[in-house]
Amino acid sequence: MGFLANKKILITGLLSNRSIAYGIAQAAKREGAELAFTYVNEDLRQRVADLAKEFDSDIVLPCDVASDEQIAAVFTELGKHWDKLDGLVHSIGFAPREALKGDYLDSVSRDAFKIAHDISSYSFAALAKAARPMLNDGASLLTLSYLGAERAVPNYNVMGLAKASLEANVRYMAAAMGAQGMRVNGISAGPIKTLAAAGISNFSKLLAAAAEGTPLRRNVTIEEVGNAAAFLLSPLASGITGEIMYVDGGFNIGAGTMEG
Amino acid sequence: MEQIEQRVKKIVAEQLGVPETDVKTESSFVNDLGADSLDTVELVMALEEEFECEIPDEEAEKITTVQQAIDYVSAHLK
Repeated sequence: MGFLANKKILITGLLSNRSIAYGIAQAAKREGAELAFTYVNEDLRQRVADLAKEFDSDIVLPCDVASDEQIAAVFTELGKHWDKLDGLVHSIGFAPREALKGDYLDSVSRDAFKIAHDISSYSFAALAKAARPMLNDGASLLTLSYLGAERAVPNYNVMGLAKASLEANVRYMAAAMGAQGMRVNGISAGPIKTLAAAGISNFSKLLAAAAEGTPLRRNVTIEEVGNAAAFLLSPLASGITGEIMYVDGGFNIGAGTMEG
Repeated sequence: MEQIEQRVKKIVAEQLGVPETDVKTESSFVNDLGADSLDTVELVMALEEEFECEIPDEEAEKITTVQQAIDYVSAHLK
């Protein structure tokens, strides 16, 4: 029996077999969890349904997190399949592409700021609000962040602000939900080439630079993030909440390497 | 050259979930093989991995057919 046996977990943000959500689904499934997934719009329904099949799941629900109605509907619908929910994975982020390149001040706008914060940060709290009535005591909520929340990473721009907000969200949500034994954590993953990352200008250069300056001398994989996520979602992490855990090969502790 | 063509076609077939026999050099990913915009981004990533090369965004946008992918890879293979 795996350490997530009989746990029911809703995973958002699955888009391809390169998604961080895919790595999380793999690890959670391996450890015995039952999974459900969301998709953001009708064009992506079949794509997500096909991926969900790989995890023996046929619960695939529409959820554009910009819509409170859709968020509410997810849990109404999910309630027809499951009585209770043990875990929620928030693997969603978005900022307009033009805001993710070049000079931060040139690229940022009120609109880009609003969208980035709404979709990437508020949505985690919004999902938790709607999920709360069906969450089991001891449920675990998890989101994905990035070092750009704390440091000025080239091209990451307004997304860094949104991730900073998301990390604060983890702390406030953890404080709010702790009385019921519910835990809220985040993983700050090293850069990974996902479909979403393809929207960030010069992402390959960032990957190469990160690999070079990382204690482990390489980038991390979705499998590694998935394993850490499965742990945080599980009772093994019962004493951990409000935490942002780095899964970045140690990049955050360093000041670069001197090789070559 | 022959080998690159075969490898490109194989990746295109895998990524887009179509039989390899449907993948012609003149095939357009979107118009002939039913790719959506995400499929084309994934396809470029898969090509980068297979051929250990880097395809900048500006170049990736110009690769819309199998032949264009073969040409790009052939020109940039290390």
